[in-house]
Amino acid sequence: MSNRAKLSLYVPEPNARPGQQPSFEHFNIPPAGAVRRPDISALEHEMRDLPFALIRVLDEQHSAVGPWNPKLPHDRLIAGLRAMMLTRAFDARLFRAHRQGKTSFYMKSSGEEAIGAAQSLALERGDMCFPTYRVLSWLMARGYPLTDLVNQIFSNARDPLQGRQLPILYSARDYGFYSLSGNVGSRFGHAVGWAMASAYSEDDKIALSYIGEGTTAEGDFHEALTFASVYHAPVILCVTNNQWAISTFSGIAGANETTFAAKAIAYGIPGLRVDGNDFLAVWSATEWAAERARTNRGATLIELFTYRAEGHSTSDDPTKYRPADEPATWPLGDPVERLKHHLITIGAWDEDRHVALAAELDSAVRAAVKEAESVGTIGKSKPPVAQMFEGVFKELDWRLIEQRREIEAS
Amino acid sequence: MPSMNMIQALNSALDVMLERDPKVLIFGEDVGYFGGVFRVTDKLQQKHGLKRCFDAPISEGGIIATAIGMGAYGLRPVPEIQFADYILPAFDQLVSEAARLRYRSGGEFWAPITVRSPYGGGIFGGQTHSQSPEAIFAHITGLKTVIPSNPYDAKGLLIASIECDDPVIFLEPKRLYNGPFEGRHDQQVKTWAGHASAEVPEGHYTVPLGKAVVVREGEAVTVLAYGTMVHVALAGIEDTGIDAELIDLRSIVPLDIETILESVRKTGRCVIVHEASRFGGFGGELSALVQERCFHWLEAPVERVAGWDTPYPHAFEWDYFPGPKRVATALQKVMQD
Repeated sequence: MSNRAKLSLYVPEPNARPGQQPSFEHFNIPPAGAVRRPDISALEHEMRDLPFALIRVLDEQHSAVGPWNPKLPHDRLIAGLRAMMLTRAFDARLFRAHRQGKTSFYMKSSGEEAIGAAQSLALERGDMCFPTYRVLSWLMARGYPLTDLVNQIFSNARDPLQGRQLPILYSARDYGFYSLSGNVGSRFGHAVGWAMASAYSEDDKIALSYIGEGTTAEGDFHEALTFASVYHAPVILCVTNNQWAISTFSGIAGANETTFAAKAIAYGIPGLRVDGNDFLAVWSATEWAAERARTNRGATLIELFTYRAEGHSTSDDPTKYRPADEPATWPLGDPVERLKHHLITIGAWDEDRHVALAAELDSAVRAAVKEAESVGTIGKSKPPVAQMFEGVFKELDWRLIEQRREIEAS
Repeated sequence: MPSMNMIQALNSALDVMLERDPKVLIFGEDVGYFGGVFRVTDKLQQKHGLKRCFDAPISEGGIIATAIGMGAYGLRPVPEIQFADYILPAFDQLVSEAARLRYRSGGEFWAPITVRSPYGGGIFGGQTHSQSPEAIFAHITGLKTVIPSNPYDAKGLLIASIECDDPVIFLEPKRLYNGPFEGRHDQQVKTWAGHASAEVPEGHYTVPLGKAVVVREGEAVTVLAYGTMVHVALAGIEDTGIDAELIDLRSIVPLDIETILESVRKTGRCVIVHEASRFGGFGGELSALVQERCFHWLEAPVERVAGWDTPYPHAFEWDYFPGPKRVATALQKVMQD
């Protein structure tokens, strides 16, 4: 050992653990409307300030302000609110269904409903979303049948995925929703490949992909950005920064060192950082990135700054690793409440209509659960066992034929 | 002697090693403050300090790469991969680096890492939380692959793995964490309480790698199993009343070939049980070894009981899982020949 100073290993820790006072004071949250909106023809090197800003449209008085206001017609806003409220109603009831033993697993999107809803409505039919497991609102915004969702969650005889997949790991090609997997990050590059194929085919479709802030540590994230950058792929790459990866705070993914949007700088593509609980800001940033993609200007990385308001899944208890009152102190509010109050402020909505819509959506969810229950809940109903051997290959090989025969004979 | 379930026994092994050896450290997804999604590292950070047990970024390749670097420096890292299904992004690091570092550097560098990872099904985890990938590691020369079946072995094998100078893949049968599981999913869940192997010493001890154990002595047929399937095989044997000899391999690399051969030469019959898919599974290697070395003693073809050659299907968990009924059918079949 020399007489130089001893090194020490640094391991970041969150500001507060259970029993401590939650604090988001270290977040720099600029006022709504403060961030400039470059023309879509702007060059990447002209907008390297944006990854460190925070695009916000809805102000504290619930008005839409600034250059990123997408100036949406009322019916679009109400469609978004409806998708978000339906997601929340569905989550509440299906989470309860897990507690009642009707399914093996469930994950809620609570606090993140604006993201899938706004992006689903902002993109076109034919575009493809490569989802994470927390964008149910994408499907809700496009009217995916509720009963099919519940049948999938119950793994019953009418499960559209034939009982093969863990609950909520949906696949819905006709709704622009690529097959989910329980492994995180592994589809981020698929979106880039899909977008490259669209460009190769001289099509007009674009792709959008999600990855959690925690998963930006995987190689998949960096590989996808490299390909997207090199081939100017018409893709919108979104980092959903909800602050928590199960029990691991975003600092373990590097959030204390820079922003996730700033990762774009190293790859030479534009990076936007957006208030993910602001439906209008999410819509507007998505529209901007989509226009760039559709005009052969290539990929955009969007960090959607949000908060996972509940546990990771039905297997998780967040009060074991973060203060129980942390969700209540999240400074960017609740996305449903913010859009609701905006609609009221502009005279397009009122409390009575809101209560009536909530009741209508809850009863629609209740009816769908009831219908799926009549088919059967987990273990009570399942597709024919021969189904287990289908889809491994396009056609069964001798091993699978023999094994199917063996199980049918037993 | 305290009674421990497998989670507590593994936690105790890590606790003992953190206490004994400052070169031992633990990192992985959610293993720090929270103590791991299966609680195996519970309170280790609080007891031993932040830098001895800390959270890692979600990057299995990064976790194993940095563990190898630490190992090359001279530490004994014990990284956790949250589910064995998530280990594949680290496959290049394990295959091309950890397994070969000693060989290719002429012994200058090596990677004494122990990669802990829960594996196996029976918890309705679907295709990405249920797989048994042991065969793909057994195929890689330079990696050891260890699979305990009870709390006592889990602690002793984990300490032996950490003290081993070679890289070890330590697969924990997650269905056995809280109790023995005989594959009878419709019966009441058992706990480890009262089980002889749940008597676990608090201090340091090892169970040697590469030493199988005869769980049940018998004369009629040899049954080879490891992990969860040890308990399932025993249930299948008891259902048939056949006088089978059951061997728990405990590690598949190194493999205790002597114990296997001695038993098969005595019984003349062999059934191999694993949960992983059949085709290309580790049962194929065991079957070949038995056939090559016991051909003249065999009175019937070797039988394999395994998962079907499909991904692990959520709704069909118990159709896929090779339960005691399929073990019993295989036993009856080899006895008829």
